[in-house]
Amino acid sequence: MEIEDNYLYTKEHEWVSIEDNMATMGISDYAQEALGDVTYVELPQEEEEVEQFEQFVSVESVKAASDIYAPMGGKVTEVNRKLEETPALINKDCYGKGWIAKIEVRDMDESTNLMSAEEYRSYLESLET
Amino acid sequence: MSVETSLHHTPLADEHIALGAKMVGFGGWFMPLQYESILAEWEYNRQTVSIFDCSHMGEFIIKGDAAQCGLDSILIQPVTDMPLKTCRYGAMLNDAGGVVDDLIVYRKAAQEWMIVVNAANIEKNARHFRASLNANAHFEDVSFKTAKLDLQGPQSRDVLKAWVRDIEKLTYYTFDQFQLSGIPCLISRTGYTGELGYEIYCPWEKCKEIWKTILNNATVKPTGLGVRDVLRMEMCYSLYGHELEENISPLEAGLDKFIDGQKDFIGRQALLAHRPERRIGFFVSASRKSPRAGHKIFDGENQEIGIVTSGTFSPALQLGIGIGFMRTPLKGAGSKIFFGDDKNKAAATVAQRPFYKNGSLKA
Repeated sequence: MEIEDNYLYTKEHEWVSIEDNMATMGISDYAQEALGDVTYVELPQEEEEVEQFEQFVSVESVKAASDIYAPMGGKVTEVNRKLEETPALINKDCYGKGWIAKIEVRDMDESTNLMSAEEYRSYLESLET
Repeated sequence: MSVETSLHHTPLADEHIALGAKMVGFGGWFMPLQYESILAEWEYNRQTVSIFDCSHMGEFIIKGDAAQCGLDSILIQPVTDMPLKTCRYGAMLNDAGGVVDDLIVYRKAAQEWMIVVNAANIEKNARHFRASLNANAHFEDVSFKTAKLDLQGPQSRDVLKAWVRDIEKLTYYTFDQFQLSGIPCLISRTGYTGELGYEIYCPWEKCKEIWKTILNNATVKPTGLGVRDVLRMEMCYSLYGHELEENISPLEAGLDKFIDGQKDFIGRQALLAHRPERRIGFFVSASRKSPRAGHKIFDGENQEIGIVTSGTFSPALQLGIGIGFMRTPLKGAGSKIFFGDDKNKAAATVAQRPFYKNGSLKA
């Protein structure tokens, strides 16, 4: 199970990478493996305002649909349009080319509600027991 | 992976685990959902050849004259005129005309029949047969003695030819007895994928040996129930529990052509008395977004007109596909409809079956 050391994580298996006040997010390796082949991504609208942990993306795999939640609150500034043609990017490169959206962060303090890579690793281990 | 010990196991449960399959409970059985990615398994089945463990399905042997022993009055499909070594798809109904199960009947001899049924309905079906056959019939449930492997894909015939004499003579919906490494098997040219394929019925305790021998041919890949569901949906084949149920008539479900209009059978009176108010329909999503069982179906004026019974992403079309019941009169192919719920609707177009038209089924 891959985990990027520099990212922060949510209990719902989203990852976020924050630079200045821009947060790039996607879903973790654990999530993409649990989902299976991603067949469709319902991306949010650009300019959309989201709250931390609010559902704002929907991802479909062959067998089911899953809600994805915003790891940080703010304004969606960019979405990964490549996912419209090639949703499989989420399976192939979930931390890189499979990024889902960029959010202009409203309140940096919200990052304290997220887990570090270490904490996420422990969290995943606790799920297996 | 959680193991449910109350589930039945096929002879291959350990094999699936050893191959790394994701296991699930299905119809009371512990079955492989997938071994690798569903999309990869789909492509391999449509282009090459896959093997499925279908040992969970049920098999009954009925001996007797079909007309005299009651069998002909139980099945909706014509039976008495079946040539030996042929099989026919059909169903059996309850008194209200609803489907007890869909099934295939094999005529092994003038007075010997094998009925193949869905795993989830084995016990119910056995009770139905025992209650409906008369004293001239001999009924035996051989489900736990009979394993089944489905070998499906354009290369399935080539795989078997190397091993089974005369397999290439088997025409669609016929069967025969063959020896596989000295093991007596019944092999029919039938399947649930829309590709050229065979169903191999063998003794329960010999199943593992046949499975392993077939997989020694590296061309063959093990394939799970996950992709089996996608393949059958692309062909618009019904699945009991979705398109067929005790409260769904074969007319609603589009099984009209399988019904013998000349004979009486359980449920016939109810069918004659009942004009369907809903019928099965098929539709293609306008995008990759897929319908799911339970989604509502709406017409262009936001009126609710039906419900989705099965839905998935179709790798063949690269679009979502759906099967469902819609109010009669049915909208024609090309009509615009919507699927989803009251808040979220996605566009789709009514289509004719099957969604996938390039199968090797009749090759």
